[in-house]
Amino acid sequence: MDHRAGPYAEFEAFVAGAAGRLLHVAVLLTAEADPASGAECPVARRLLAGALARTYAHWGRVRGDDPYDDTRRELCVAYARTARRHPAGTGILARLSPPERLVLVLRVYEGVAEEVAAAQLGLTPERVRVLCNRAVSAMRPASGRGAEGAA
Amino acid sequence: MSMPDRKEIQVRELLEGPHPVVPAGLAASAAERGDRLLRRRRAAGRFGWTVLFAAVAVFAVWALLTHPWTVPPSGVSPPLEGW
Repeated sequence: MDHRAGPYAEFEAFVAGAAGRLLHVAVLLTAEADPASGAECPVARRLLAGALARTYAHWGRVRGDDPYDDTRRELCVAYARTARRHPAGTGILARLSPPERLVLVLRVYEGVAEEVAAAQLGLTPERVRVLCNRAVSAMRPASGRGAEGAA
Repeated sequence: MSMPDRKEIQVRELLEGPHPVVPAGLAASAAERGDRLLRRRRAAGRFGWTVLFAAVAVFAVWALLTHPWTVPPSGVSPPLEGW
């Protein structure tokens, strides 16, 4: 297979620049053990590999779209579909439910607009706001417990 | 209004962290898988169109042979009256 052609070179440059952050997003979602301590994060890697493959499959067609947004959407959809199969790990967001993790990562970490996040996750904007507030208060370092108990 | 923002900033700082190491050859393997995906999708599309065309052709031949739009001659004659 000739991978030297233009689209592949573009794709390779995109992956070189974006894969680190995308893998971080994937690890946040799967809440696998901290990769800084040498953990492998196989689920996050698998999710990212699948999302990148689907991005490459329509690489030529979506010139207008940002490939980063596109891959992140694929990643989130793939995680949402398979989240139930994977037990929570020991990552930062392990105490949150999968929808809370998705909303928190998209809204707070990635700064995606409420409406866009809602459309991507198939939720209403109100539901996204509720999940985001709940996740933020659960993640607050000190006051998290009290807020969780009250909710 | 500044309260939720401050909370969000705290949580964002918690989420920020060193990016994990990306496995080597990720782009190449993803591209290969993407190509395979694309080829499979194209093959499925071709198969679907082939089946559709074959169905249309079979229907056309059948219609030309049997003329389903003509009313079959009635086997019942009208009642004989008035003689």
